[in-house]
Amino acid sequence: MNTTLAGVLFIGSLIIALAVVYRPLGDYMYRVYSRREHSRAERAVYRLVGADPDGEQTWGVYARSVLAFSLLGILFLYGLQRLQNHLLLSLGFAPVKPDQAWNTAVSFVTNTNWQSYSGETTMGHLVQMTGLAVQNFVSAATGMCVAVALIRGFARKRTGNLGNFWVDLTRTCLRILLPIAFAGAVVLIAGGLVQNFGGGHVADTLAGVQQKIPGGPVASQEVIKELGTNGGGFYNANSAHPFENAVAWTNWLEIFLILVIPFSLCRTFGRLVGQNRQGYAILAVMGTIAVVSVALVNVFQLMHHGTVPTAAGAATEGAETRFGVANSATFAGATTLTSTGAVDSFHDSYTSLGGMMTLVNMMLGEVAPGGVGSGLYGMLILAVITVFVAGLMVGRTPEYLGKKIGSREIKFAAMYFLITPILVLVGTGVAMATDSGRAGMLNHGPHGLSEVLYAFTSASNNNGSAFAGLTVNTVFYDTALGLCMALGRFIPMIFVLALAGSLARQGHAPESGGTLPTHRPQFVGMVVGVTVILVALTFLPALALGPLAEGIHS
Amino acid sequence: MRYPTWLRRHLAALRALLVLTVLLGVAYPLAVYGAGRLPGLKHHADGSLVTSHGRTVGSELIGQSFTGKNGEPLKQYFQGRPSTGGYDPAASGASNLGPEDIVDTLPNPELGKTDPNASQSLLTQVCARSRAIGEFNGVSGARPFCTPGGAGAVLAVFGHRAADGTIPHPTRVVSLNEEQGVVKAPFLASYKGVKVELARFGENYATGLIVPVRGDAPAEPAVPPDAVTASGSGLDPHISPAYAGLQTERVAQARGTTPAQVARLVRQNTTGRALGFMGEPAVNVLKLNLALDRAFPARQG
Repeated sequence: MNTTLAGVLFIGSLIIALAVVYRPLGDYMYRVYSRREHSRAERAVYRLVGADPDGEQTWGVYARSVLAFSLLGILFLYGLQRLQNHLLLSLGFAPVKPDQAWNTAVSFVTNTNWQSYSGETTMGHLVQMTGLAVQNFVSAATGMCVAVALIRGFARKRTGNLGNFWVDLTRTCLRILLPIAFAGAVVLIAGGLVQNFGGGHVADTLAGVQQKIPGGPVASQEVIKELGTNGGGFYNANSAHPFENAVAWTNWLEIFLILVIPFSLCRTFGRLVGQNRQGYAILAVMGTIAVVSVALVNVFQLMHHGTVPTAAGAATEGAETRFGVANSATFAGATTLTSTGAVDSFHDSYTSLGGMMTLVNMMLGEVAPGGVGSGLYGMLILAVITVFVAGLMVGRTPEYLGKKIGSREIKFAAMYFLITPILVLVGTGVAMATDSGRAGMLNHGPHGLSEVLYAFTSASNNNGSAFAGLTVNTVFYDTALGLCMALGRFIPMIFVLALAGSLARQGHAPESGGTLPTHRPQFVGMVVGVTVILVALTFLPALALGPLAEGIHS
Repeated sequence: MRYPTWLRRHLAALRALLVLTVLLGVAYPLAVYGAGRLPGLKHHADGSLVTSHGRTVGSELIGQSFTGKNGEPLKQYFQGRPSTGGYDPAASGASNLGPEDIVDTLPNPELGKTDPNASQSLLTQVCARSRAIGEFNGVSGARPFCTPGGAGAVLAVFGHRAADGTIPHPTRVVSLNEEQGVVKAPFLASYKGVKVELARFGENYATGLIVPVRGDAPAEPAVPPDAVTASGSGLDPHISPAYAGLQTERVAQARGTTPAQVARLVRQNTTGRALGFMGEPAVNVLKLNLALDRAFPARQG
């Protein structure tokens, strides 16, 4: 079998697997979010937290709970890193320096998992386990809670209540993420991932030197890193490291874990609003963009256009032998289409256009299928913008799922959309205008600009992958990218919850002949169009100076 | 006493964080650790360590260097892929050099290879590896865009630029990756009728048009792609079957056996695609070399 056919089957088998679990997992999550009773274990958690599980929250209270929880998360993670030399299992590592600790804390709490540190030489096992991996769970759960609150905004009428954050958070962690993570971790160990608390084995190699084989609770962290679309590697090489991603089938499984919740949430959405076809429509938008994008990354990488790839004979620089170029490209597509940012090959060494696709995926706003929760709420915002645009064209009041999209709603949606481009473009501009920003570039010319643009795109969209040649462990980048991550996560979340609150207060407008059906292929095509056009208008000039300038020449 | 609402909310947040930290940050990894102690999983959970004569010689998942004291490749061992961190697990990672990283920063001729400011472009690294590996295994190391000396074949062309950005009538042409004093003559005597000069340390050629020269090397060179490019992790335990095939004869000779015998061991340590379509066929270098040491111990000296 040749590489291309194997690569196509690899993608095809992922699509089939995702299709198989779409309904069961989506229905299961629907039951988790809509059940009224609480298990005994959950009641115990609520008692410890001091929350009334049956007390509903308005959008403002829900948002403040999200923010308080995230703020505490940042402080806790910052403290753990700063004090790690006093903790167990520190492996003798020094405290993380302040700017890097801030960056890392924000990074993991915002589901970005941008890493300006190298895991194997910076973080002790306890910080990885109780700090970073816990945020892998709860930051993912927070995204899903906000998405569910937005769906409730669509589904409910004439109420201020959007649910209870503490209940949603607990259920997401304990009923959805934890069981899948545990099963997945055990399967990954069977593939070769490590799970121990040792500081490493010293081996005497055949050539007669010593090599320290590292250890760590890797499998438990790896699985939630993918499942929660987090992406922060235990080791510097992330999912290219054999202990994080041992064989070809663990690579397949990790891609599956990245995509499974974001896609299946469409089903949950359909169930919660009482119309499965609406879920399929959103799924179709996500699926169309994802398939086209993953195919393009594969094509560009396998064609290996460019001077060095041509000299080498394949785009193998930064790619692992066991995965090969095609499967690495599929991973790269999946990780940037979601907010994951884990890498099993290094995007900085990709062909110019293959690398550009990973950048474009993030610029799309990570909505196809996007991060867990964040992808769905991002896509619903785009659907709202689409019905608004469509409404302008035919001169009727736009409606989505029986809710009128008035000036208040469209303002929230528009502000949501504008935040990330502003952070990306202003951030890149500031970096290119300052010496400390330019000093970080490893590559020269257009590729250097691509590195900086990629960094700000990745941080502001909470992705976390990198054109990793850029030196980012500096006060400038740690601080600036930390700010982009925090603002790029929480401001959009506030607008989403505000929109949810505004929608929940409305009644349901009855469907009329003038209502735009939002479950037909026509609407799917329009949302795809709006998504691509908005992004193209926003980012094409920046792309033209970076990867396009590099990739298009004789 | 009742606290104000904002404080109660933050206390709830703190308590939620602590409860979840205990559950997800302590109990969960311990449970996975416990599962990893089960027979069948324990070997993996501990790092897939490989022992020989009672001592640990490495992990079958982590590549290692098979080089001598001065970094020269040992001819009796199959060689792995280039590694950015020199197969040091404390320095996992990739080169992160881009596809158009083709111009070297030349060393000061007085310092030579020890000049800390000098750096080889990714193109020159690929070309130099290809030349060395070709020589080591007795095949041609020629590649597209490479000079016969193993540097990136890249010119800076000076002169008036036409509307399409090309320079039809150059006034001066410099071979950027070939340094005067190091290389005797440029890979190309003349370009569009202009004599090609060697690059000089410290001169700025930034205003020139950068032109990589394809040359006439085959698109699929004798030395395969994975042999000349660094892996993502820097710890890649595998090489392609093609790169193993290239090394078979050399290893057989060094061990005083036949290429067919060595090829048999190569096949035994090759994994195909999982389920027939996942990943790429790959040869585990450490396991192969261990098998060789057992079957055909290298002649001493």
